Amino acid sequence: MPHDAHDHDQPHSLLPSDPALRVKALETLLIGKGLVDPATLDEIIDTYQTKIGPQNGAEVVARAWSDDAFRDLLLKDATAAVSQMGFYGRQGEHIVAVQNTDSVHKLVVCTLCSCYPWPLLGIPPGWYKSDAYRARAVREPRKVLAEFGVTLPDHVAVRVWDSTSEIRYLVVPQRPAGTEGWSVDALAKLITRDAMIGTGLVAGPS
Amino acid sequence: MSRLHDMGGRFGDGPVVPEPADAPVFAEEWHARALAVTLAAGSLGLWTLDASRHSHERLLPADYAVFSYYEKWISALCNMLVEHDVLSRAELQSAMADGEASPLQARRLTPDKVAKVLSSGGPTERESDKKPRFAIGDAVRAGSGQNQMINGGHSRLPSYVAGKSGRIVQYYGAHVFPDANAHGQGKAPEPLYCVAFRADVLWAHAENPDDEVMLDLWQSYLDPM
Repeated sequence: MPHDAHDHDQPHSLLPSDPALRVKALETLLIGKGLVDPATLDEIIDTYQTKIGPQNGAEVVARAWSDDAFRDLLLKDATAAVSQMGFYGRQGEHIVAVQNTDSVHKLVVCTLCSCYPWPLLGIPPGWYKSDAYRARAVREPRKVLAEFGVTLPDHVAVRVWDSTSEIRYLVVPQRPAGTEGWSVDALAKLITRDAMIGTGLVAGPS
Repeated sequence: MSRLHDMGGRFGDGPVVPEPADAPVFAEEWHARALAVTLAAGSLGLWTLDASRHSHERLLPADYAVFSYYEKWISALCNMLVEHDVLSRAELQSAMADGEASPLQARRLTPDKVAKVLSSGGPTERESDKKPRFAIGDAVRAGSGQNQMINGGHSRLPSYVAGKSGRIVQYYGAHVFPDANAHGQGKAPEPLYCVAFRADVLWAHAENPDDEVMLDLWQSYLDPM
């Protein structure tokens, strides 16, 4: 990509324009400087690929559906509740859980960047970080929800949480009918990432 | 006025494209590397998360508009590394480290510390001598969204609520103030509130007047009504 003189004011334009090569160049320089250990990079990647993801949030929601005392704590002090389960950490230092009801549906976005409750849901999906979602979720949440196949009746109010601070929001979706008596593990398998962002509903057993 | 990152409410974007639940966490191998290099470099402790966000926001508008998500990460990281004299322009140009030992080597994140660093995080709640000025239920008006201390500085007040009226629905205690913390001006903690704005206050053509948008806003972003 050609750059004019002004572009060169930003050092990144000195790196290769192909993003994969751009990352490689920076990684190589930092390793060469002794500031980054390649084994550390592998460990970070493995953490978010295999250990931290929406399965954590699903465990929290399934427990909230099954245990009234836990649900009450989750809604009152979610950071304490999820910490009990070992889900505290980077981008989840201050968690607030918001519950969907028959009359109010909740949805989370970050219009300014892509803030997301990492310890509970992992790395955000591409659409959460897209311009379209960031721009539109606050102005036309119902149209956005329809693109996820969720159509809300007019009597259900929508509350959109724009994550502008370090508070991270977890949506507690409604428990579907037909799951009475199910184990926490079985319930957790029903709960999708999108339902915990608010762009999905939890479907019952078919 | 704001910058391109402040896109809430903007017109013209196309549909949101959902992904299957089993889509890979990182669509490309280099996405994973970009995330890991950024976190590892961040752990050197040279900048705050707020400063890092501001470095994304300071990308040239022409770049911000076309860069993919992780291209923004890696480019903003590169700019910060040069600003903090960790890397030189000559090193970027030659793609070769200059061979001098960095005094920061002792801070390098080792693999055995990754789990601890990621599970410790960086909580932002602090004691503050600024007392809460508002109570739950109070009507408030949001300010301009411009950093009051630094011209063109970092702010977490999106333009779409600037000047709009809302009501306090929650108090979260005092938290580090990004407008100061992004610019090396200390943590400056102040009361943080969740503020609800009615859709028909924000938008000329609200989908449903009973819908609301909730934002977390610091006390100095708000005026009483």
